[in-house]
Amino acid sequence: MHVPEENYYTKDHEWAQVDENVVTVGITEYAQDSLGEVVYVELPEEGQKVTQNESFGVIESVKAVSDLVAPVSGTVIEVNTGIIDEPGLLNDDPMNNGWMIRIEMDTEKELANLMRAPEYRKFIEKSQ
Amino acid sequence: MIQKTPLHQNHIELGARMVEFAGWSMPIQYKGLREEHMCTRTQVGIFDVSHMGEIRISGERAEETAEWLTSNYVGRLENGQAQYSLLTNENGGIVDDVIVYCVEKGKDYFICVNASNTNKDFAWMQEHNKGAKISNESPFWGQIAVQGPKAMDLIEDIFGEEVKKIPSFYFSNTQWQGAHCMIARTGYTGEDGCEIFISAEKALLLWKTLLEQGAKYHIQPIGLGARDTLRTEMKYSLYGHEIDDHRNPYEAGLGWVVKPQQKDFIGKNKIVAKKEEGLKNKLVGFKMLDKAIPRQEYKVFSLEENEIGFVTSGTMSPCLNEGIGIAYVLQEFADEGTEFLIQIRQKKWKAQVVKTPFVKPGGA
Repeated sequence: MHVPEENYYTKDHEWAQVDENVVTVGITEYAQDSLGEVVYVELPEEGQKVTQNESFGVIESVKAVSDLVAPVSGTVIEVNTGIIDEPGLLNDDPMNNGWMIRIEMDTEKELANLMRAPEYRKFIEKSQ
Repeated sequence: MIQKTPLHQNHIELGARMVEFAGWSMPIQYKGLREEHMCTRTQVGIFDVSHMGEIRISGERAEETAEWLTSNYVGRLENGQAQYSLLTNENGGIVDDVIVYCVEKGKDYFICVNASNTNKDFAWMQEHNKGAKISNESPFWGQIAVQGPKAMDLIEDIFGEEVKKIPSFYFSNTQWQGAHCMIARTGYTGEDGCEIFISAEKALLLWKTLLEQGAKYHIQPIGLGARDTLRTEMKYSLYGHEIDDHRNPYEAGLGWVVKPQQKDFIGKNKIVAKKEEGLKNKLVGFKMLDKAIPRQEYKVFSLEENEIGFVTSGTMSPCLNEGIGIAYVLQEFADEGTEFLIQIRQKKWKAQVVKTPFVKPGGA
């Protein structure tokens, strides 16, 4: 399973790509695979505050509802509305076109609570 | 301890995602829920339903006992006939929904019950026995459902042309590869097909034979995920969703399997009295007018935002690509076309009562 080296990861199977103080957030290959076909996504509005480890949205497959959990605290500055119209992108391309939101993070310190790629690889091995 | 069906290892070999369901390790999906759902509607799907329970009521007082335990009229059944029915309790609620198979009129009734209720039902039946022999045969049976427009072609290929003549809600006893089989023209998808009870030790051979011979009909194994969306599209009840120990059968829309004129049965007076008082709630099918997916336990509100009921089952319909659901609502909101609101997390979304089943066989 593709786990890019440069990203950070949450135990809820989101990836976080950090570019200075902006963090792009999506779900991992592992997440999309275990969810099955994604049919509905609910995302926050631009300008909304999010908090690390708290829900910022919802993702639904035919079968189940799952919370999306923020990898860092901050302000949502961009939302990928494309995946609301076409939730299938989250299955087809979760690491690129299926990105969900960009967060302007409050503090870099919170990144220390996230996993790096090698640790996340071990984490999903254990989950399987 | 988690239980495994005779087909467990094969599910893993087929790449299924396994989950725990009612104490069993079961396949939730193989290739994908939507694909499996559509395969059942348009071709043929096979389902491992070996987790279901099988309880036999036999002996001289079998009919009397079956009559007392269930709400439908057992006396009407001839040999080889099957009947949807309910086990009811003294308070007029539902212990389980079951299918009663009449193996030998008066003397031998085979009851298929929900996996999650097998032990409860068996204990209940023993407690309310009217002198029959009641045995839990669940460990000895495998069960495979074959469902879809091509299902009976496939069954004919394997069992011979006689099986095609089995009418709906009848069954036939047969031998296959030295094993005793019961082929029942029943199912839980709304499609044509059958459910096959077979000795547990021959279940894997039958499963593999169905997959092999079914290749020409584009057969797929179907997981519990699609089994649930298929039954939801038909508005079939599922224990723990539409029905439970406190639910009146008439409210659940199951008055057609309650026969108080013909017989006496557990809870009869309470069940009938509640109907005569006038039922407050009704089970309806609805679809979302907004883009949203209803789920079990979501609350239902009137357009004036008064709480009027709750959702018992809901999903994104793979055939319709819309959110569909089943809900108990107050009678005055139960007419077709009525609009109401479903609370999904913080927001309320519009929905409308529609005719059910939501789809016709084949998925149209």
